Amino acid sequence: MKDKTPVLELQDIDMSFGPIDVLHEISLKVQEGEVLCLLGDNGAGKSTLIKILCGVYKPIRGAILMDGSQVEFNRPRDAADRGIATVHQFGGTFPLMSIGRSFFVGVEPTKKWGPFTFFDRKKANEIAVKAIQDFGITRIDDGNRLIGGLSGGERQSLAIARAVHFGARVLILDEPTAALGVKQAAHVLRIVNEAKRRGLAVVFITHQVLHAMAVGDHFAVLIRGGIAADFRKGDKTREEITDLMAGGETTEDLEIEFAIRDGPVEGRPHSAAP
Amino acid sequence: MGILSLDSLIRRPEAGAFLGMAFVFAFFSIFGGATFTSFAGAASWFNVAANLGIIAIPIGFLMIAGELDISIGAMVPAASMSMGIISGFYDLPIMVGVALTLGFGGIVGWINGMIVVRTAVPSLIVTLGTLFAVAGLTLFMSIVLTDTTAVSLAAPAWAKAVFGKFYFGSYQVIIAWWLGLTAIYIYFLHFSPWGNWLYAIGGDRESARNAGIPTNKFTILLFVLSSMSAAFVGLCQTILFNSAQVSTGMSFIFNTIISVVIGGVLLTGGFGSVIGIFFGTLTFAMVNQGIYYTDFDRNLSSLIVGVMLLIAVLMNNTFREMALRYSGPKQAN
Ligand SMILES: Nc1ncnc2c1ncn2[C@@H]1O[C@H](COP(=O)(O)OP(=O)(O)O)[C@@H](O)[C@H]1O
Ligand SMILES: [Mg+2]
Repeated sequence: MKDKTPVLELQDIDMSFGPIDVLHEISLKVQEGEVLCLLGDNGAGKSTLIKILCGVYKPIRGAILMDGSQVEFNRPRDAADRGIATVHQFGGTFPLMSIGRSFFVGVEPTKKWGPFTFFDRKKANEIAVKAIQDFGITRIDDGNRLIGGLSGGERQSLAIARAVHFGARVLILDEPTAALGVKQAAHVLRIVNEAKRRGLAVVFITHQVLHAMAVGDHFAVLIRGGIAADFRKGDKTREEITDLMAGGETTEDLEIEFAIRDGPVEGRPHSAAP
Repeated sequence: MGILSLDSLIRRPEAGAFLGMAFVFAFFSIFGGATFTSFAGAASWFNVAANLGIIAIPIGFLMIAGELDISIGAMVPAASMSMGIISGFYDLPIMVGVALTLGFGGIVGWINGMIVVRTAVPSLIVTLGTLFAVAGLTLFMSIVLTDTTAVSLAAPAWAKAVFGKFYFGSYQVIIAWWLGLTAIYIYFLHFSPWGNWLYAIGGDRESARNAGIPTNKFTILLFVLSSMSAAFVGLCQTILFNSAQVSTGMSFIFNTIISVVIGGVLLTGGFGSVIGIFFGTLTFAMVNQGIYYTDFDRNLSSLIVGVMLLIAVLMNNTFREMALRYSGPKQAN
């Protein structure tokens, strides 16, 4: 493994809200063309960590480095300007806007006609549709469709395509697959792979181990605000990761618990090794 | 851009508004007799529509942005009085009266906007406060300055021609203002890049801000616009009728909101069109005035408006569903 300078690096980040310590001594790195999976149970501090990465919160201690030099994010715009793009659970946030319009919110393409500036809808639609088709979503061919009419997976994919189009270098995905069905989730995972292939650094937040293993190169497990494990692809099995996330409580323990509660079950599908 | 198919027309936010207007027009054409549609008869509903419409479109913008401004109910009569006091009672030039009155409207709008973006108080409550504050201030100032609650104003001919005069017998000049402003607003919302900002703010304010849109400034400007529009309507009325009295303009609050909703703007924000609001305003004015041409009891106009409003809200939801479901032009091969 050659040691390139990571695109994004966190060093000993601490975060608290008043008296509540939410994160302690978080150190992470992610490189170009690499997917870092951030795993953790609900309440582990994943969302808080992302909000630090995208400039919503400022950590009380620790440093954020980009390309090896320290940076400071005072507001989300600062992070966005440095190429950090965040895609939230529900992807497109403007359900009643068209694909073309929402793609260019804040950076509208314009054309001049006399003294008037016009929003160039045709160009906006063409670019948006092309960007998403380049990611393999060929079903979308009309930029006038409303975001709210797309499927969950399509919305996620559009949001990722948008980030890439506008030159994002780091893509942060907060539980992009949590609300999706199996097929839709597979869709989004393919898009994540494509983003990685194009050289983006991806931080992928999830509590679904299978989804993480499908795209991850590097994994970090967060438990109660601390990093409990940090390992690379192939170092651990799915059961080991699941156990780690549960914080010591093993899947076997859970199975015994189920068995006691539900009575003995014949042919309960056992989780086979991936 | 493809041909305008029936399907693509029906998906537009103004589709319902247009159908409603066509229905109301047909209804009063039949029951109102020939006078409703006659040139002189139509003036009555065009006048009502123009006075309402100039305020309704900015209110529609606020509603698309997810805000509301009910202080316009006090702003219209306050501007009327202010115009009368400055250019009538004190006999200052008309343009001074116009400038100061619009300026006053702008300040009230700015205060509304500042409070809304700086605090988490809903704009309904903030503007309810300024509604009462402006109403009280108007009465107080009128008594203190003029010792009466009514003032007269004799505007020069040019000012009457521009701001308040009847043309072709009974058409108020404000109709021309309404049509001109509507054209500008259509450009602003549907063709300029700033229209995109308005939809984005109404759709998700947080994301819009993160995308670099100055959401606070924009919101404050919308409040300034609605307040100044109300002030403009008030001062035009004073110049038209050569007088102003302390009165209430509370009907403007409901009538603008009704016009906007009938016009297809969603109460949840993020969706709507200027043409829809334009149709909604005309529809409201037709019902409001058309009843006088029929044999029906005039109280029935409120009943009709109420029913129309309910139908509009239900239809708006349906049209929204249809717009969301639209998945591109169907290939016919
Ligand atoms: N703004 C806040 N103020 C106080 N406590 C917070 C705030 N945001 C998150 N927390 C707390 O921090 C912990 C981690 O939350 P979060 O980062 O949302 O976890 P996750 O995304 O992993 O589920 C939780 O205990 C939560 O209650
Ligand atoms: Mg979370």
